[in-house]
Amino acid sequence: MRQDHLISATQLSRADIEAVLDRAAEIDAAPAAWHGRHSGSILGLCFFEPSTRTRMSFDAAMKRLGGRTIDVGSVESSSVKKGETLADTMRVLEGYADALVLRHPSEGAATMAAEFVDVPLVNAGDGAGQHPTQTLLDLYTIRENAGLDDITVGIMGDLKYGRTVHSLAAALTNFDVRQQFISPESLQLPRSVRYDLHESGAQVREHTDLDEVLAELDVLYVTRIQRERFPDENEYRKVAGEYRIGTDDLERAKDSLTVLHPLPRVDEIAPEVDDTDYATYFEQAHNGVPIRMALLDMLLEDLEEEQ
Amino acid sequence: MTDTDRELRVSKIRNGTVIDHLAAGQALNVLALLGIDGSGGESVSVGINVPSDKLATKDIVKVEDRELSQSEVDVLSVISPEATINIIRDYEVVEKQRIDRPESVEGVLACPNRNCITSGSEPIRTRFAVLDEGLRCHYCGEIVREAEVTDHLTVA
Repeated sequence: MRQDHLISATQLSRADIEAVLDRAAEIDAAPAAWHGRHSGSILGLCFFEPSTRTRMSFDAAMKRLGGRTIDVGSVESSSVKKGETLADTMRVLEGYADALVLRHPSEGAATMAAEFVDVPLVNAGDGAGQHPTQTLLDLYTIRENAGLDDITVGIMGDLKYGRTVHSLAAALTNFDVRQQFISPESLQLPRSVRYDLHESGAQVREHTDLDEVLAELDVLYVTRIQRERFPDENEYRKVAGEYRIGTDDLERAKDSLTVLHPLPRVDEIAPEVDDTDYATYFEQAHNGVPIRMALLDMLLEDLEEEQ
Repeated sequence: MTDTDRELRVSKIRNGTVIDHLAAGQALNVLALLGIDGSGGESVSVGINVPSDKLATKDIVKVEDRELSQSEVDVLSVISPEATINIIRDYEVVEKQRIDRPESVEGVLACPNRNCITSGSEPIRTRFAVLDEGLRCHYCGEIVREAEVTDHLTVA
């Protein structure tokens, strides 16, 4: 992969994805060999929205490569609170770091920021838009557990606002993967994601009931349905309750089913599922470190070659 | 001479622009696009649902002392691809142009996604890629169908 920024999963080819996944596998196999590889480099963590996993795994990834991180801190204590534009903030921060990671509540924030900075920029989530590094670790986990060709992946939950869903669906079109989308009607895929899927030749198969497809799935990717997406509490409880899975539901699934979740979960997956062979979501979260190490290594390596 | 010719002769303009062969019903949207509401004192003639040989009915807009910018022409091409633009100087048509569909339009539409980065105070202009049947925000990816475009024009 030779590109300056990672903004959207739609920009990734199969070769790009496999290069990152292969590098992550090398790192996983011999982590110590990568320590110190980017000592002297600094990664700027620009999170303008709360994050635990993404922020900490980028932090851990950079430190495991021997680099250091600087952090913009909470929104409350940053210049954004004083009314500074994101464009100005990013132009200032690029002078402090060799690469930047951006999380922002507005869709398109990373696309815009990339127009203002020259250092590599990684989108770590822009509103309901994209979250491409989550997708890379999702794909890594799928490849490790089910392979990435000739499989059926079910994506369930909030497909409308779920940025991890939008990125994953786009990236999976690079592989021989049948995608099944399961959600309440009010949270189906947005027009833009649907458009990209059609353009790539993928068929969009949508369901409101998991039972219609559960038995044929090799991977089930569960996402959280958020309370704020519904006008009232009763409607939310009714809908969200239909998209929870427990061990009873999984009796109808293949024994080899891999259950993933980008986390945090609230109660979409019952805790007793954690003890089954289906549960792969904690492994998935841990894969965030080698994947982000691989990505940062490739972006910084390109940069060092240029210097 | 047909009735239509006579009507058009009556409202001939000296200098300005005639936007002809607009899809019926688009004339008022074009005025909105040009930011014309009468308050600027411009002389404007508007024909709505005028009989047409080319289209069954068409709209036509004539604006005195005004020529269109490229971005205005670009949006026009999206809301009414059949339109023609005639530049008039001293009562004569000095330039007649059919409009080409551009690859993108800038600064003339607001993104309908209220959570798009362009809806804040960032120092950027909105930019939309032109698709076969609509427009797509360069920043957030939101798709605006052709029929919805006029709802999102940013009028000066």
